[in-house]
Amino acid sequence: MKRALLSGNEAVALGAWCAGVRVAAAYPGTPSTEILEELARYPDVYCEWSPNEKVAMEVGIGSCLGGARTLVAMKHVGLNVAADPWMTLPYIGVNAGLVLAVADDPGMHSSQNEQDSRYYARMAKVPMLEPADSSECFEMIRAALELSERHDTPVMLRLETRISHSRTVVEYREERRTVDLPYEKDAVKRVMIPGHARLRHPVVIERLGDLQRESESSPFNRVEMRSTRIGIVASGVCYQYAREAFPEASLLKLGFVYPLPEKMLHEFASHFRRLYVVEEMEPWIEESLKAMGIDVVGKARIPRDGELDPDVVARSLSELMEMDTGVRGGGWSPPAPRGTPPDQSVLPSRPPVMCPGCPHRGLFYALRRNKAVVSSDIGCYTLSVLPPLSGIDCQVCMGAGVGMALGLEKAFASSEANAGKAGKVVGVLGDSTFIHGGITGLIDMVYNRTLSTIVILDNRTTAMTGFQDHPGTGRTLMGEETFALDLAELARAVGVESVRVVDPWDLAETEAAVAEEIAAPRTSVIISRRSCVLRERQEGFPYRVNEEKCDACKRCLRLGCPALVMRDEAAVIDEDLCVGCSLCAQVCGRDAIEGVGGYA
Amino acid sequence: MPDVVLAGVGGQGNVLSARLLAETALRMGYDVKTSEVHGMAQRGGSVVCMVRWGEKVCSPLVPEGRADFLLAFELLEGMRYLRYLSGEGTAIVNLYRLDPLPVLRGDAEYPPNAREVIRSYAARVLELEARAMAAEAGNPRAAGSVLLGVLSTCLDFPDDVWREAMVAVVPSKAVEVNLRAFSAGVAFGRRGD
Ligand code: SF4
Ligand code: SF4
Repeated sequence: MKRALLSGNEAVALGAWCAGVRVAAAYPGTPSTEILEELARYPDVYCEWSPNEKVAMEVGIGSCLGGARTLVAMKHVGLNVAADPWMTLPYIGVNAGLVLAVADDPGMHSSQNEQDSRYYARMAKVPMLEPADSSECFEMIRAALELSERHDTPVMLRLETRISHSRTVVEYREERRTVDLPYEKDAVKRVMIPGHARLRHPVVIERLGDLQRESESSPFNRVEMRSTRIGIVASGVCYQYAREAFPEASLLKLGFVYPLPEKMLHEFASHFRRLYVVEEMEPWIEESLKAMGIDVVGKARIPRDGELDPDVVARSLSELMEMDTGVRGGGWSPPAPRGTPPDQSVLPSRPPVMCPGCPHRGLFYALRRNKAVVSSDIGCYTLSVLPPLSGIDCQVCMGAGVGMALGLEKAFASSEANAGKAGKVVGVLGDSTFIHGGITGLIDMVYNRTLSTIVILDNRTTAMTGFQDHPGTGRTLMGEETFALDLAELARAVGVESVRVVDPWDLAETEAAVAEEIAAPRTSVIISRRSCVLRERQEGFPYRVNEEKCDACKRCLRLGCPALVMRDEAAVIDEDLCVGCSLCAQVCGRDAIEGVGGYA
Repeated sequence: MPDVVLAGVGGQGNVLSARLLAETALRMGYDVKTSEVHGMAQRGGSVVCMVRWGEKVCSPLVPEGRADFLLAFELLEGMRYLRYLSGEGTAIVNLYRLDPLPVLRGDAEYPPNAREVIRSYAARVLELEARAMAAEAGNPRAAGSVLLGVLSTCLDFPDDVWREAMVAVVPSKAVEVNLRAFSAGVAFGRRGD
């Protein structure tokens, strides 16, 4: 037996390898990204970054039908993209097991919304397991694959940030057993024309009953009986919070969460006046228990937004538990601090920012100078929304900047209230997200004769999630050289008249290109191309401010470079942080910023 | 059951320091849990990591007011996460200031009294120029190992276990520098100022 401290994501990867997964596909997304990165380190597993989550799911479906145990991974919003194949997959079933590992992000550490993936399990009538630590991540992946094969259904493994990105102890044997099942044609089962689908839906419904019986006896659902005065139902990391907040309480820990073990829950409930449900985000368990006629307290006390911790759980419930137990605070003892900690709200915030020398900075500076209306999607460049660049007007999801630009333009075009704006619309997105979800929008723009400009911020990587390769980088997840998709050629091929490539470290060139393309009455694409500075150290020398010349006009501050500060009537550059992009020198009107090592 | 909160700025390396501390506790035979921050929060944003160990650990998150140690990689971040420190807690503070964006653009003032606030709240404060000490050891980015060196003098993990963990967790080309930085922290901790 080995003993190691693994993140939940690492444990899923290790478990998948041990359980014989032969094919795995994903699109990177925090907090799920490291699952595939880790799995790709093991031998004998085909791992790929797919262009988006829908393709990843489709690759997974093909592979499980082809007889290989399969893992598909994504973040919660990725499942929206993959929802189409996901909803029909349970009808056709699997051959070898397929597990979808999907990671939610309560508190939105790195996400645009706080949606709760558990509804996707219920909506698709797919069983769902939820681990409470890395050790369960490791065990559950095998159990999920076996469940998948036993019931001929995909299985969801639901993770979240504090499971995926917490390290906990895992004891394991590093042994791999593979599964290799024959492929046989079965069109009635696997071709979902309406006539076949009508035959399959009842199978899916009946399967739910079988799964429900498994849930009742699953070792992942267990009762920890302690005080008979407080009964709590919880799953995942919330189980850990509840355990810590109320050590004396009895707990029903759910691990096989859908379908719920109804008998077990009724039996547990019979010991208590009422049950408490501790869950993050939506009242998913709570609503189910209420539908079963069990009296529960949940979201009436526990916040529905943000993430929980033992402290929040304790403070939310202690008053009611005091009533139930007669014990002060229900048994929770709040810590006694030494004084009053500093008021959070008056401290300057520290939002994430684009790195010093980030290639996106010059482009957003140029957009601002051109007073563009900017629709965006998601990547490091979204950080330009903050002042001073204030570079983005609207943003919802991957690839959306393109379609939204089109819509904005069409609305402005027939508007008096917004006269003049139609010609100012620019959609921005990244190289990876252009491939993920932007290309179809671009085809729409050409097809429907749009005049707006699309900027592809091509930094040669998927930076925000930690520098993953994609179809444009010429390298695969498994480290092989491959064809590198040429975004400029692609844009030309779909009919974009004007496609040009600029270097965003050259402000004059970039500003001119933006001004021209915004003004030109045609669909145009500007590819703003330079490698991410974190990914590839650039050959620059730090810049320095000549105090004699600097008159503190603060123009350079409009770039929002974290290496550049105003101190006592002159700008100062932190030479440790500066990567020598020269943008500040280009912006300065008094030639007060000079390259230290003669960078040209 | 010691709880440690490591507060800093994305890019300062507190994720690695948290791993190193956790790996050391694991090698001592404890149950260990950590929580880390990845993704967007790493682009120069405020980053907090937590490490807990003991016979059995439940939550990977430390509740407010319970941490025994706060490792502040930067003054303002030390202030921000001070609320996690318990009434008897020790703050190990890198005397280093990194201006956040609102301060850079002149919309907010960097708290001038950060040191005093931390001193008045924590039961015990160890302040040091960890960045400069790390620079002397070979790389200013190894400041986290200096802070861990100081922390090690407050814990009872043998030196060689720290060193083994270092070799296991830190990328091999950075091990030497980090070991030297760690020793500098140990020396500072032992001097007891
Ligand atoms: S990681 Fe790269 S793309 Fe992202 S902000 Fe930093 S330099 Fe820019
Ligand atoms: S050259 Fe100027 S803008 Fe570029 S990284 Fe250095 S300080 Fe920042």
